[in-house]
Amino acid sequence: MLGRLSWAAIPFDVPVVMIAAGSVGFLIFCALALVTIKGWWPYLWREWITSVDHKRIGVMYILLALLMLVRGFSDAMLMRSQLALAAGHAQGYLPPEHYDQIFSAHGTIMIFFVAMPFVVGLMNFVLPLQLGVRDVAFPVLNSVSFWLTAAGVLLVNVSLVVGEFARTGWLAYPPLSEVAYSPGVGVDYYLWSLQISGLGTLLSGINLLTTILKLRAPGMGYRRMPIFCWTALASNLLIVASFPILTATFAMLLLDRYCGFHFFTNDLGGNPMMYINLIWCWGHPEVYILILPAFGVFSEVVATFSGKPLFGRRSMVMATMVICVLSFLVWLHHFFTMGAGANVNAFFGIMTMIIAVPTGVKVFNWLFTLYGGHIRFTVPVYWAIGFMVTFVIGGMTGVLMAIPPADFVLHNSLFLIAHFHNVAIGGVVFGVMAGITYWFPKAFGFTLNERLGKSVFWCWFLGFYLAFMPLYVLGLMGATRRMQHYSNMQWQPLMLVALAGALLILLGIALTVVQFAVSIRQREQNRDVTGDPWNGRTLEWSTPSPPPAWNFSHLPRVDRPDAFWAMKQQRGTSQSAVKRTYETIQVPRNNPTGFYLAFFAVLLGFSLIWHIGWGAGLGLLGAIVVCLKQAWRTDGEIEVPAEKVAAFERVRGGQESAV
Amino acid sequence: MKTVMHAASPGRMFLAVARAPSASATWLRVMTMTCAALMTASCGEGVLDPHGPVGKAERVILYDSTAIMLAVIIPVIVLTLVFAWWFRARNKQARYRPDFEYSGRIEMIIWSIPALVILFLGGIAWTGSHDLDPPAPLKESTAPLDIEVISLDWRWLFIYPHEGIASLNRVVVPVGVPLRFRLTSTTVMNSFFVPQLGTQIYTMPNMVTRLNLEADQPGTFEGLSAQFSGDGFSDMRFDLVSTNAEAFKDWINTAKTQGGVLDASTFEELNRPAKADGAQTYAQVSEGLFDKISLRSMAAVSPQRGQ
Amino acid sequence: MSATEQALVTADAVPLSLQGPAPKRVVAGYGFWLFLLSDIVIFAALFAAYAVLSGETAGGPTAASLFDKQHVLIETACLLASSVTCGFGSLAMQSGERTSTYFWMTITFILGVAFLSLEVSEFAHMLSIGAGPSRSAFLSAFFTLVGTHGLHVTLGLCWLIVMLLQVATLGFQPMVSRRFFCFGLFWHALDIVWVGVFTIVYLGAH
Repeated sequence: MLGRLSWAAIPFDVPVVMIAAGSVGFLIFCALALVTIKGWWPYLWREWITSVDHKRIGVMYILLALLMLVRGFSDAMLMRSQLALAAGHAQGYLPPEHYDQIFSAHGTIMIFFVAMPFVVGLMNFVLPLQLGVRDVAFPVLNSVSFWLTAAGVLLVNVSLVVGEFARTGWLAYPPLSEVAYSPGVGVDYYLWSLQISGLGTLLSGINLLTTILKLRAPGMGYRRMPIFCWTALASNLLIVASFPILTATFAMLLLDRYCGFHFFTNDLGGNPMMYINLIWCWGHPEVYILILPAFGVFSEVVATFSGKPLFGRRSMVMATMVICVLSFLVWLHHFFTMGAGANVNAFFGIMTMIIAVPTGVKVFNWLFTLYGGHIRFTVPVYWAIGFMVTFVIGGMTGVLMAIPPADFVLHNSLFLIAHFHNVAIGGVVFGVMAGITYWFPKAFGFTLNERLGKSVFWCWFLGFYLAFMPLYVLGLMGATRRMQHYSNMQWQPLMLVALAGALLILLGIALTVVQFAVSIRQREQNRDVTGDPWNGRTLEWSTPSPPPAWNFSHLPRVDRPDAFWAMKQQRGTSQSAVKRTYETIQVPRNNPTGFYLAFFAVLLGFSLIWHIGWGAGLGLLGAIVVCLKQAWRTDGEIEVPAEKVAAFERVRGGQESAV
Repeated sequence: MKTVMHAASPGRMFLAVARAPSASATWLRVMTMTCAALMTASCGEGVLDPHGPVGKAERVILYDSTAIMLAVIIPVIVLTLVFAWWFRARNKQARYRPDFEYSGRIEMIIWSIPALVILFLGGIAWTGSHDLDPPAPLKESTAPLDIEVISLDWRWLFIYPHEGIASLNRVVVPVGVPLRFRLTSTTVMNSFFVPQLGTQIYTMPNMVTRLNLEADQPGTFEGLSAQFSGDGFSDMRFDLVSTNAEAFKDWINTAKTQGGVLDASTFEELNRPAKADGAQTYAQVSEGLFDKISLRSMAAVSPQRGQ
Repeated sequence: MSATEQALVTADAVPLSLQGPAPKRVVAGYGFWLFLLSDIVIFAALFAAYAVLSGETAGGPTAASLFDKQHVLIETACLLASSVTCGFGSLAMQSGERTSTYFWMTITFILGVAFLSLEVSEFAHMLSIGAGPSRSAFLSAFFTLVGTHGLHVTLGLCWLIVMLLQVATLGFQPMVSRRFFCFGLFWHALDIVWVGVFTIVYLGAH
């Protein structure tokens, strides 16, 4: 009746899991109860769950990512504490069966359910505003993408309580991930949750790519597009080109596991090396998908807070697109030690180094944007400076490992771990934190508390160095990754330092929550009345904070880059008293398709994992019915009458002149 | 647009920074000292303390490349902190130049510096990849010693085909003799790695990888698997013991008198999943066992792991 | 009126990239093209897998011994013909002729079903003689590549039924004609992929 599912799937005998699940379950229950008692369901359903507004969806992505950051970081704390204890003959408190799931979940969650939603969320919120248009190309699809990602999140977290997670590492190499060596449900949870959220990401890539290429304000040619939009363009090109490879590869592994196919098995002709090639053909572009928008955030932040245009704009754009193309030509550097031969190894090593050139150019361009600037040291600038200093170290260790003979002794060591955390935290996390702080007033109408923001920065910055510099050393000392314990007692002090660093980062995450709470309480003091709290340069700052559903009452006409800055110079200090006529604006109507599709996706995924035939059938049928209902929806938009727009603008004009 | 860098400002800028210790300058000092301390800590073992020609060549590459890149990275970090500090809004002495957004000369420099560094490192990558290619024989006149390596779940089996013995979890080698490894796996991927000898190489089922190493000093060096292979992975360690020629011959002869026979059926016993638990030797190894194991016919009967 | 505004008014003088947000028809088509490109990347990965595994017959049946070129020729004819009829159906749709649209699209549907049944019969035969996908890596790759294409054709046929129902219930409104255009793109793209499949898999069999 229930396939492979039985009460034995719930680990009643593992206290850590039961306590964690119990606490989380209790918190969720309290949250739901609070919402019910306060009668917030209609509001939540109308304004958030069924919203197809890119601004709302962007915020939801970021909230999802923050939540999963806590989950992924808990896994990190477990790993750090285990390694601090398990030296010499000590075995620590996490046996291998659990430790293996923890590091696999940590990597999977951080990449797919923290970094990706952060980046996609920022792009979602900012792109239409910077491009001077009303919404993305396909608003309903946007909602579907978000909810499919949330479905993946749910499945991954359910694996903690019902069944197990993959014990293969975050990329699930065969033969280890084949049924012969991973017969449980863990790899299935991994594969189905990523297939579902991967579909969401692919649709999002198509959506944002169409938006950037086909929906821009009149006059905004490519050379007048903000630099964040260029990096988003490159990132979404990579999503559309690389995620299908992930889909196909996981499909092949699923066919091996479910239907006895032999793509990657040890017998009857299977080829595990092929999996490694295919997965990294996706995997390397993936890291550039994450870092390019972060670069874009820094370009915006450094230019805005230096009070100058970005230095070398054209070469920045060129560098971005070069990185985009080159990212497809380096994948083999993830497995130099698999024995490809000198010529192949050398080729990929050199290609990897060539990618460092445009990246280096970007760093210099930021440097010279700072030069001659009038720099205001706001929280985003702290993150930017922290990034510039930290990322170049990570880049250096990356180029070091791009030399095949160097990689031969550093592959899969803690040195590698330190390198990719260096660029992921120093690049992606710092960039996302800067972006969130920078665009928060636009989204919510008030700025975040500056002092707490700086404390958060210092915790992350110092915590990062404490946590990962020891790992570089440990890697050089011969420590490999994914060890559950080690015999060399000399490594333990370094592990303890790393644990201290992780605790400092934990403090930073806690302070982030405090920062949000305090800022919300102090919101009246920090109101953004003008819509332009930072004296910005790009079009999003020309809208009120938060913008109305239709973003711009008139689509702006653009004739140069840094369009809003130019408008401000022309306008001078006085508000133009031009009487403008307003037209009716079409705004997409709320739509529950995304939410319902995600519901059936979870049912389908869970049923497939546990081999519950009727559940899978029901999930598939439900999804089809939802799609058909959407196909027949003809009232997709509501009209905002011109009078309402005019009234809104009148009120806003009053607010701004009152400042 | 030609940039006119005022002669006085860069000088004044650096002077001001040197005199005024800011948080960033302190951080820079602390970082440098910590790095130096950490580097010396890691010098005593592992990759930076090689005992073989391969490891030594790789260490040279590590040091040279790091030095070259630090020559670029350190000025970049320093300049970042200096520019950020000098051009802070409250500094009245700094000149605000809102139109400084392009300079052909600077563009050329900032494209050239990374390009030149990469050109140089690319050369190292090319020559290094060829010189240190794992299957390439070492440039030695001594005849190599052949060793066949099989990674099991979760132990290492070493077969000496010409000596006709095998050893579990310990490989004994003569000093100064090139070691010619052929490697395979029976179940999942692993990676044969002795950090103090140098290069690692993956072991994969149905395939044979090749590696050449050498120990140029006697000693016991730790070996491990560098590719995660399941629950017993952390214990999957072995010792590589290098001794002089006499002691090596003695060890071979002792092994020939002790231990059982390693043939297809005893190998099946060995192939069951088990965690590493000490070393042992086999007095006899059936002919061509490694070749049989590394081919498809043997792989068809690979053991599977239960739940 | 500024020079920019003047330039924007005379549409033919203004490059496409400066004309502001594109109309819905263009946006929908463009987005669908991007989706098709991503779909083709999936096929590219499957082609790559096939190329790597085509020789891994594990002592079982080889491509040359299994494939009936006659059979494939008829399949190909059906699919290509269905593309032609789909083209006629699109023309009829653009002219707003309901009966013509139904006629041509029904023929398209029948030809598509013919293709599928030929393919299913080929698969069934191979399964019956023990040349199923779990026999060897080559067969896994074959069944997946050709089967994925067949799955796309199946989904396309279901989509076609939905489209015809939409024409029947909603008429030729812009939303419906946009989707019809996308369906046409999809159907023709499947043709292109099939050309790749029969060239590499069937004609390249050894």
